[in-house]
Amino acid sequence: MISHRARFLSVGITAAVLAAALAACSSSGSGGTTHKKKAPIVIGASLSLTGQFSTDGLAFRKGYRLWAHDQNAAGGLLGHHINLTFLNDNSSPTTATSNYQTLINVDHVALTIGPFSSLLTAPSATVAHRYGYALVEGAGGAPSVFATKLPNVFDVSLPVAASLLPMINWVASLPASQRPKTAAFPTSNDPFTQPQVQFAKQKLTALGVKSLYYKVFPEEPTQIKGIADQVAAKKAQIVVLGSTAVPTVSGFTQAFIQAHYNPQVFIATAGPDQGAAYQQAVGHYNYDGVMVPNAWYGGSSNPLSKKMVAEYIATYHGTASGINADVAEAYSVGEVLTQAVNATHSLANSKIISYLHKGVTLNSVQGPVRFNSVGENLAATAFVFQWQKNNFVQVLPTGTGSTPVEFPKAPWGK
Amino acid sequence: MAQFLQAVADGILGGAVYALMAAGLTLIFGVMDIINIAQGILVILAAYLSYVLSVHLHIDPLLGLFITVPAMFALGVAIEWAFMRRLRGRERVAMSLLVSYAVAVIIEGALYQAFGSTPVGYLPRYAVKSLYIHGFNLPYIYLIGFGLAAAALAAIYLMLYRTKFGRSIRATMQDRVAARLVGINVDRVAALTFGIGVAVTAAGGMVFGATNTFNPDSGYDLISRLLSIVILGGLGSIAGALVAALFMVTAEEIVNIWQPTWATAVYYAVLVIVLLIRPTGLLGKREARAQ
Repeated sequence: MISHRARFLSVGITAAVLAAALAACSSSGSGGTTHKKKAPIVIGASLSLTGQFSTDGLAFRKGYRLWAHDQNAAGGLLGHHINLTFLNDNSSPTTATSNYQTLINVDHVALTIGPFSSLLTAPSATVAHRYGYALVEGAGGAPSVFATKLPNVFDVSLPVAASLLPMINWVASLPASQRPKTAAFPTSNDPFTQPQVQFAKQKLTALGVKSLYYKVFPEEPTQIKGIADQVAAKKAQIVVLGSTAVPTVSGFTQAFIQAHYNPQVFIATAGPDQGAAYQQAVGHYNYDGVMVPNAWYGGSSNPLSKKMVAEYIATYHGTASGINADVAEAYSVGEVLTQAVNATHSLANSKIISYLHKGVTLNSVQGPVRFNSVGENLAATAFVFQWQKNNFVQVLPTGTGSTPVEFPKAPWGK
Repeated sequence: MAQFLQAVADGILGGAVYALMAAGLTLIFGVMDIINIAQGILVILAAYLSYVLSVHLHIDPLLGLFITVPAMFALGVAIEWAFMRRLRGRERVAMSLLVSYAVAVIIEGALYQAFGSTPVGYLPRYAVKSLYIHGFNLPYIYLIGFGLAAAALAAIYLMLYRTKFGRSIRATMQDRVAARLVGINVDRVAALTFGIGVAVTAAGGMVFGATNTFNPDSGYDLISRLLSIVILGGLGSIAGALVAALFMVTAEEIVNIWQPTWATAVYYAVLVIVLLIRPTGLLGKREARAQ
C-alpha cells in the first residue's frame, strides 16, 4: 500500500514536471512570434564633473548621453538597452582609478569608456586592463597613455604629440619676409600639453624661429599672471601655450591685454575648443584670432558629424560653433564601441579588444578611426581651428574647405 | 632687473588681494577662536554675486560692492547665529573646523545647483587696462584690489583701536569670560565680527572674479592658500596676514622668473622654516593682541 505521504509526493512531482513542460512549450511558442526583450546593459565611465576639468567632463557626459540616446533609438547594443553610469572623479587621477574599480567590481558594468584627459586616462586604463576590460576613450591622446603599451586602451581621437604639425607646416609655408622670427613656449606641467609644446618648439626652432621663452608652470591661479607677464615682456611673435583648460587661456589673455601685447599667432593646446564656455571666459571678441589644434569642429562636413550637431542643438540648444569638441570625442567613443560590438556580435571585452587590434577602419563623427598596436588612432587628421569673429573655423591644413588663417591675429576685443 | 621689479610689483598688488581675503579669516579667529574653513567658498560666493551683477544685471562689480558687502555681512551674521554660536566647551575650536566645513559644503552645493561647474568670469573695462609707470605694467584691477585691501584693512584697524566696539572686540579677544563679566555682549560682538569677516570677502571675491575664471570648486584652492597665509602671519593678526600675503605672492612671482614649478614649494618651505623658528607665525596671536 502506498503511503499517503508518497502519494502526495508523486502528485507533486507530476504537477511540477507538467508545469515545467507547459512553461517550456509556452516559451518556445512565444519565441517564434514575439521578440524577447533583452536585459539592459550598463556602460560606465569616470568623469570630471567637478574640479579643474569640469567643463570637459560635463561636455563628455553630454556626448556619451547623446550617443546612448541615438543608439537606444536604433535598438541598443545587440538589442540591449544601454544604461550609462557616471562616477565623478573631481578631476583627480586617484579618484578616477578608484571609480573604475567601483564600476567594474561593485557595479559590474558590462563595458567601460574613458574619462577626460590623458592625466586620468593612463591610470584608469591600467585598472581596466587588470580586469580584462577594454577602455575605449576619447581624451587620452598623450604619449604617456601609450607608453605603457597596454593592449586594452583605444583612443579614438587625434594623438596629441603631433597635433601642432599643421601650424608648424603653415609657418614653414610662409614667405621668409612674412614668417614670424620669434616664439614663446609656456606650458603647464601636464602630460597632454608638454609633448605638444616641446614638439612645436623643436620644429619651429629648426625652421629658424628663435625661442625667447620656454618654461613649464603649474596651472595655479596665483602664478598664471606672473608667467603671462614674462611672456608678454618677451614680445614674441608666436605664442604656443600649453593649456589644459579655459582658465589658463583666459588668464593669459587677460594679462596679455593688460600688457598691451598682441602676438601675431596665439595658439593654445586646449581651451579655445570649448565653445561658448571659452567665449564667455575671455570676454567680448578677445577670442578673435586665437587658434587651437583638434580633430573636430562644429562646422565639419562629415555627415555623421552633421547629424550629431543637429541632434545636439535640438537637445541642448546653442550653435554649431558653440559645441565643445569634447562632445564629439565622447560621441566617437560610443560609435567605435558600437561598431566593435556589432562586428563581433558580442559584448565580451576580450573580443572587442581583439577586434580593435585588427587594423580595421571605423567611422566616427571625428572622421576615420584605425588603431595601431598601442591604441593610437593612426587615421586621425590633425586640424587647426581659429576663432574668426563669432565663428570657430578650420584654417589648417590649407586646402579644400578650410578658411584662410587670420594672420596676424586681430587686435584684442576687435 | 626689470623682470624682477615687475615680479615684485605683481607680488605686492596680487598679495594685497589675498590679504583682503585672509583678513576676515584671521579676524574671526582672533575674536572667536574659530577657524572658518568656509572663508574660501565665501570668497567664491562673493565672486558669483559680482558675476550675476555684472553679466546678468549689467551693474559694474565695483559699484556692486554697495550690494555685495551688506549681503555678505548679513550672511556672516546669519552663519554665526545659526551655526557658530552653538559651539561651546573645550572642543569648540575643533568643532568649528567641522561646522565651517559643513557650511562650505552647503554653499558649494548651492552654487553647483545655481551655476553648474563650468568656470565663469567677468571682465569689466578696468580689468583689461593698465597703468604704465616707468615701464612697469600695473593693471587697474590690481590697483583697485590694492586700494580696497588698504581701505578695508585700515578700516578694520581703526575700528579695532579707535572705537568703543573695537575695544569690545579686543576685550573679547583677550578673555571672553572677563569681557562678559564687565558687561560686554560677547554674542553680539561675535556675530558682528563674523559678519565683518565675511563682508570683506565681498571685496576680495569681486577682485578674484575679475582676475580669474572660477567655479564652485575654486574655494578649495583658495582656502588652502588663505590658511597658509594666516598661519604664516600668525593666527589672529591682521597685520601678519598682510605681511604673509605680500610675502607669499611676491615670493611666487620672483621664483616664477627662474623656475615656476618650484614657486609654490619655495613658499611652503619658507612657511615651515618660519614656523620652526616662530611657532606663532610672523606676528603671532599673542603679539597681535598686544598691539
